[in-house]
Amino acid sequence: MASIRKLSLWGGYLLVLLVLPQFFDSILSISIFNQMAIAIVFALSYNMLLGQGGMLSFGHAVYFGLGGFLAVHTLILIEFETLYFSIVFIPLVGGIFGLLAAIFIGSFSTRKAGTVFAMISLGIGELIAASSLIFVSFFGGEAGVSGDRTFGPLFFGVDFAQDLQIYYLAAIWVFIATVFMYLFTQTPAGRMANAVRDNPERAEFIGYSARRVRFISFCASGLFAGIAGGLFALNYEFITEENLNAATSGRVLLMAYIGGLGYFIGPIIGAVLLTLMNSLLSNYSNLWLLYLGVLFLLTVMFLPKGFAGLIMMHQVAWLRGTLRRLALPYLITGIPAFIFILASVAMIELSHTDGEVFHYLGVSLERGSSMDWILVGGIAIAAFLATRKSLQQLKDAWEDANTLPGDEES
Amino acid sequence: MLEVFIFATLNGVVTGLLLFMLASGLTLIFSMMGVLNFAHASFYMLGAYFAYSISLTMGFWLGLIFAPLIVGVIGAMVERYGLRRVHKSGHVAELVFTFGAAFLIEESIQFFWGPDTKNYQSPDILDFPLFILFGQEFSAYRGFMILISMSIFIVLFRVLTRSRIGIIIQAAITHPHTVSNLGHNVPLIFMGVFGVGTALAGLAGVIAGPVLTTFPGMAVVLGSIVFVIVVIGGLGSLAGAFIASLLIGLLQSYAIASNVGMPDLLNLLGVSFARDHPLNDLWTVTLPQIAPILPFLLLVLVLIFRPTGLLGKREE
Repeated sequence: MASIRKLSLWGGYLLVLLVLPQFFDSILSISIFNQMAIAIVFALSYNMLLGQGGMLSFGHAVYFGLGGFLAVHTLILIEFETLYFSIVFIPLVGGIFGLLAAIFIGSFSTRKAGTVFAMISLGIGELIAASSLIFVSFFGGEAGVSGDRTFGPLFFGVDFAQDLQIYYLAAIWVFIATVFMYLFTQTPAGRMANAVRDNPERAEFIGYSARRVRFISFCASGLFAGIAGGLFALNYEFITEENLNAATSGRVLLMAYIGGLGYFIGPIIGAVLLTLMNSLLSNYSNLWLLYLGVLFLLTVMFLPKGFAGLIMMHQVAWLRGTLRRLALPYLITGIPAFIFILASVAMIELSHTDGEVFHYLGVSLERGSSMDWILVGGIAIAAFLATRKSLQQLKDAWEDANTLPGDEES
Repeated sequence: MLEVFIFATLNGVVTGLLLFMLASGLTLIFSMMGVLNFAHASFYMLGAYFAYSISLTMGFWLGLIFAPLIVGVIGAMVERYGLRRVHKSGHVAELVFTFGAAFLIEESIQFFWGPDTKNYQSPDILDFPLFILFGQEFSAYRGFMILISMSIFIVLFRVLTRSRIGIIIQAAITHPHTVSNLGHNVPLIFMGVFGVGTALAGLAGVIAGPVLTTFPGMAVVLGSIVFVIVVIGGLGSLAGAFIASLLIGLLQSYAIASNVGMPDLLNLLGVSFARDHPLNDLWTVTLPQIAPILPFLLLVLVLIFRPTGLLGKREE
C-alpha cells in the first residue's frame, strides 16, 4: 500500500516534469524550466550536505562550476571531433569531475563538521574562484569558455538545437538524479549521515567513523552538484567564473534554506520558488534581490524549517480532519498581511521609480505627491496593525485544530 | 629594493591594523556567542556609508564620531531582535542568519545609496605628506589610520583585562550562568559586546572608506579576509587576531610589491617549458598575481594542519 503510494508520487513527479512544457510553451517559460531543472539538482545536492549531513558549506558552487567547466570542455572536444560522444551523457561527465574534486577536497575538509568545515569550504571556494581568473587556459578568464551542443552523434535523430529538446533531456536527468538522491537517503550511508549530523559522538560509539560518513555524503553531493553543472553547460553552452564563486554558493544555500532543509522535497520547493522569483520578479523590479534578502531573513527567523516545514506543520491537522477549521482564520490574518506587503512594496518601488508616476496594480502613484505617500503609508500601517491584532485568533484556531477534545496539554 | 621593502612594510602595517579593527570585534563576538558573524564586514561598509553621508553636511570629524555610534546601535538591534531569536535553532541557523543579514545589508545599501562608488574624501587637514622617504610620500592620513587603530587596540586590551566591565565580560564568555547568578544581565552584556564589536567595524569603515573607496562591494572584498584572520589567529583569541592581521596585511603587501614569480623559480631550477605547454598559466604565474589568494591558501593550510589556529584554545 505504502509502496504504491510512493510509486505513484514518483510517477506524478515524472509526469509533471514531462508535461509542463505542454501547458507553458513560450520560449521564456522553457528557459525558466531549464533553469529550474538545474537549480533542483543543485539544491538537492546541497541538501545532502547541510540538511542530511549537517555540513554547512559556503563553497558548494565549486563542484557545480568545475563539473560545468569540464562539461563545456568536453563539448569543445566533441565539436573538434577529438571525441566521439553523445552529448546526452555530458551531465555525467560533469558529475564525475565534481565527484573527483569532492574526493580530493573532502579527504581533508570533512574531518570536522560545524564551523571548521564551513570555514574550509569558504577558503576553498575563494581559492578556486580566484585561481579561475589566473589559470586562463582552462577557465577562460572573465569571459569563461563556451562550446556548442549541436555537434556529435545524433541521439535517436535528435540534435538538441532547441531549448525544448534540452528541457526533455534535463527533465530525465533531474528525475534520475532525484531518484538516486532519494535512494541515497534510504541507504545505511544516508541514514548514518543523519546520525552523524545529530550526534557524531554517539555515531562513533556504535562503530562508525564520523569522518568517513561525512566523506561519503560529501562525495555524493559533489557528484550531483557536478551533474547540475553539466546540465548548466548543456543549457547555456558556456560557463564563467561566476558559476563557481561565492555568489553562486550563497544562492544555493538560500534555495535550500528557504525551501526547507529537513525535508527531502524542501530544496525542490526552494529551487522552483527562487528561480521563479529570479526570472519573473527581475522583469518588474530591479530591487528583487532586496525582497529576496528580506524573504530569506524572515524565513530564517520565523520558519526555521523553510516552506516545506510550513506545509508539514499542517500534517497533524490534516490527519485529524481539522484542517478546514483553519481556512477562515488564515483568511482573516492573510488578507491584511497581503495588503501590508503590497503597500510596503508600493512604497519601496515608489521611492525608486525612474519616472514621476508609478503604475501599480491599476493605480497611478505620483512620486512628488505627499498625498499618495500618506495614503499608501496609512494603508500599510493599518494593514500591519490589523495583521497583528488578528494573530491571536489564528493562534487560538491553530491550537483548536491541533488538539482534540480529549487531549490534555502536556 | 630597500625603499620597496619599507613602503611595502608600512602599507602592510596599515592594512593589517585596519583588518585588526574588524577582526577584534569579530573574534570577541565569536568567543561570546560561538557564532561567526558573517555580516561583520557589512557593518564596516555601513560605517563608511554613514560617515560619507554625514561628512557631506557636517564634515569628516563628526562622521568619525557618529557613524560608528549609529552602526553600533544597528548592530545591537540586530543582535537583540534577530540573532537572539534564531539562537534557539542552533549554530548553523545563526551562521545562516548572519549570512542573510550580510546579503540584506548589501542590498539595502544599494537601495539607499545606489550602486555607484561614493566620493568619500579624507579631511583636508590630513592632506599632506607625513614624511618623504626615497622621494616617495607617506600620507598623513595613513599615519592617522595607524594612530586610530593602535589606540583602539590599546584601549580594547586595557578595558578587557584591567577594567571591571572587562572582567565581567571575560567571565560571561566562559561562565555565563555563574555571571548571571551573580546578578549581572548576561543578555545585555552580549548585546553590548555585539554593539561595540559592530561599532568597531563601523569605525574601521569610516577611516578605510576614503582610502579603499566606498562602494557596495567593499564588504565582500574584506569580509572573507577578516574571516581568514580570525580563523588563522585562533577563534576567540584577541592576541591571535592581532598577529594574524599583521601577518596577512604584510603578506599581501609584500606579495603585491614583489616582482618574482614562477619563471624566476624555474630559471633558478634550470627548468623551462614550451609556451604551448598545457600548464603554461602555472609556469608564468607571478607572486603579485596570486596575492589575493594567499590568505585563503594560508587558511586552508592552517585548518588542515592546525585547526585551532595560531593561538586558539584546544577544542573540548
